[in-house]
Amino acid sequence: MALLQISEPGLSAAPHQHRLAVGIDLGTTNSLVATVRSGSAACLPDEAGRALLPSVVHYAADGAVTVGYPAQARQNQDPANTVVSVKRFMGRGLHDVADAATPYRFVDEPGMLKLVTAAGVKSPVAVSADILRTLKTRAEQSLGGELVGAVITVPAYFDDAQRQATKDAAALAGLNVLRLLNEPTAAAIAYGLDNAAEGVYVVYDLGGGTFDVSVLELSRGVFEVRATSGDSRLGGDDFDHRLYCWMLEQADLRNLGARDTRLLLTRAREAKETLSEHDVTQITAKLSDGTVIDLELTAETFQQITAHLVQKTIVPLRRALRDARLTPEQVKGVVMVGGATRMPHVRRAVAELFGRPPLTNLDPDKVVALGAAMQADVLAGNKGDDDWLLLDVIPLSLGLETMGGLVEKIIPRNSTIPTARAQEFTTFKDGQSAMAIHVLQGERELVSDCRSLARFELRGIPPMVAGAARIRVTFQVDADGLLSVSATEQSTGVAASVAVKPSYGLSDDEIARMLSESMTHAGDDLLARKLAEARVEAESLVDATSAALDSDGDLLDHAERAAVDAQVAAVRTAMAGDDADRIRQQAEALNQATQVFAARRMDRAVSRGLTGHKIEEL
Amino acid sequence: MTFDFAASHFDLFEQPARFAIDARALDARYRALQAQYHPDRYASAGDAEKRLALQIATRVNEAYQILKSPLARGRYLLTLAGVDTQEETNTAMPMDFLMGQMEWREQIAEARASGNVERLEALNTELRGEIGDLEAELGDLLDADRLAEAAVAVRKLRFLEKLDQEIGDAIEAALF
Repeated sequence: MALLQISEPGLSAAPHQHRLAVGIDLGTTNSLVATVRSGSAACLPDEAGRALLPSVVHYAADGAVTVGYPAQARQNQDPANTVVSVKRFMGRGLHDVADAATPYRFVDEPGMLKLVTAAGVKSPVAVSADILRTLKTRAEQSLGGELVGAVITVPAYFDDAQRQATKDAAALAGLNVLRLLNEPTAAAIAYGLDNAAEGVYVVYDLGGGTFDVSVLELSRGVFEVRATSGDSRLGGDDFDHRLYCWMLEQADLRNLGARDTRLLLTRAREAKETLSEHDVTQITAKLSDGTVIDLELTAETFQQITAHLVQKTIVPLRRALRDARLTPEQVKGVVMVGGATRMPHVRRAVAELFGRPPLTNLDPDKVVALGAAMQADVLAGNKGDDDWLLLDVIPLSLGLETMGGLVEKIIPRNSTIPTARAQEFTTFKDGQSAMAIHVLQGERELVSDCRSLARFELRGIPPMVAGAARIRVTFQVDADGLLSVSATEQSTGVAASVAVKPSYGLSDDEIARMLSESMTHAGDDLLARKLAEARVEAESLVDATSAALDSDGDLLDHAERAAVDAQVAAVRTAMAGDDADRIRQQAEALNQATQVFAARRMDRAVSRGLTGHKIEEL
Repeated sequence: MTFDFAASHFDLFEQPARFAIDARALDARYRALQAQYHPDRYASAGDAEKRLALQIATRVNEAYQILKSPLARGRYLLTLAGVDTQEETNTAMPMDFLMGQMEWREQIAEARASGNVERLEALNTELRGEIGDLEAELGDLLDADRLAEAAVAVRKLRFLEKLDQEIGDAIEAALF
């Protein structure tokens, strides 16, 4: 018989109370929520007993939001308002997704695109928040209380903008984020603890839209990531898309509408899944114009037409091993994660490289959520002294732009986090009062080949001779893998500093303002700054418009073109004047005048994505 | 949470301030420090404690990286002794070293141009051997307190590390 615990009057048993914390796998295709109860991790199912929540959100004209299976059921009827694979858009601009076949209408915003739906314009952060909110509600109902916090997983290869977007989505959903955890690391926790694994393991994580590979060293109670690599734009979706293109070729179809495209992509996914178990499958579909498609697809053909995608995963795999200074022979086991690793030819390719079959004895859909739940339990403070230590790394180098458009690396990839590095700068000219700083992430030498995280200007540097000012810029990467940059002017003895989080949410101007506000003394000429900002904004709008006219000017007829040109001229005239409000008004008018043009360009980009991409991928 | 940010990396890792290092003890101390200060330990703590944990864990990582790498460790010992290694400013190197550098560069460029990965790997192995020898020499010089010569060795190593990086980039370019 168990002894009853009686606490002293006035003392509650609260310190021993279990704090409710969950792990959430926010996936491209499916999302899950898991928790640790009585010492073991389990996924929390919905009322129908299903653990997976399809990462699909439907927005109706009356503003109603549906998430998961009911939303998925609508995607064939209403593809434009049913958002799937939103993870691919997190922290991404329009130029990043121009080649993807999607039925959506996008609007470009600084740093991140937005989607136009029947219920209004939605940012990928808001769509992800709708998914997270559904999981939060599921967890709170099933656990019977409010959550203390959550660990949210992200692909290890996510860059700073994608991580920041994920964290913002969680905040928007009302979740307290205990940690952003890399997906392969989460899988390693679940696998390692269950199997008491020791030694070097590789996690091969091919999800719906992202690919990660991490090399970890597991030793008693420590999970140390030695190197990570990947491709944040490669996943099971690409196999579906390749199969969809094959179907178009076989059935001699072109220029399908959004609904037919969605239908065939669904059939492609079903066929892919069937071929993981069978040697041959039949694909049948009836298109909106009555055309019937009936195709036979063998596993062999499927493997042939997607072999290049499997090959694309081998490159990051080799790079991660090289970075960890290891050969395939030194690896003790390869853990397969993500639904796409069910494909037999994926498993075969990995087996070939390592000379032994990969480890597939865990559910590739659930292992990430389970590992996240275990980590959430630790971070919430539920474990005692027997918990473990997790040492993770940043996936991509961080650097600064230097002379000639080159990138100087400040923090190299695979540095253990948290980490910080400081760099000192000085002025180039006598009396120089401003300095431009451009923060980049990536491995390439040229600025244009790396991702721009933030671009800001230090203003209000006291006038001095060249080389006398000392400005120290510090990069700090925290345990979530998120970067903050702080700048301190040290030469005058009065150090000023400010932390700047490069984020899509903050425009470059806002970042510049935050910095300049800390650098310059009070009583600055606000009007002058407002004017300068209005001019910069108008200038970039005019530049963007000219570039668009150069590439796609043929989309406008003479009258339409003349109207746009006239408005561009009006903006220029306003810019020559000193009225900031007038500049903004004219810029806004130019925005309005180019809306039809922007929509046509979007249609063109989408149809290019649908038709123009096949030859390269063959 | 108390932590002495003024302590040297050697003191933090409880190692004598010299070139020769006990790698096993270094790793063990690293894990003990991270187990104590890693931000994961303070995930449910207040903002001030979180920030402090972040700063301490950052410092521990920095110190570990420096002590683990022979070149960074040598440079750090020289800094502690007040010797400037002048890596950015002093480019005057012995003639025979510069000749050797040119030879290396020619060989790497040749292998890179022909996409010969095996040759690049062989060059890498050879270079790592040379780096190992020079690191041992740096250790001897530091232990013998011949600091000016040690600073020259640090500058030479800096050149060799750059070559190592170049070979790595060439291999990646050829493979991928």
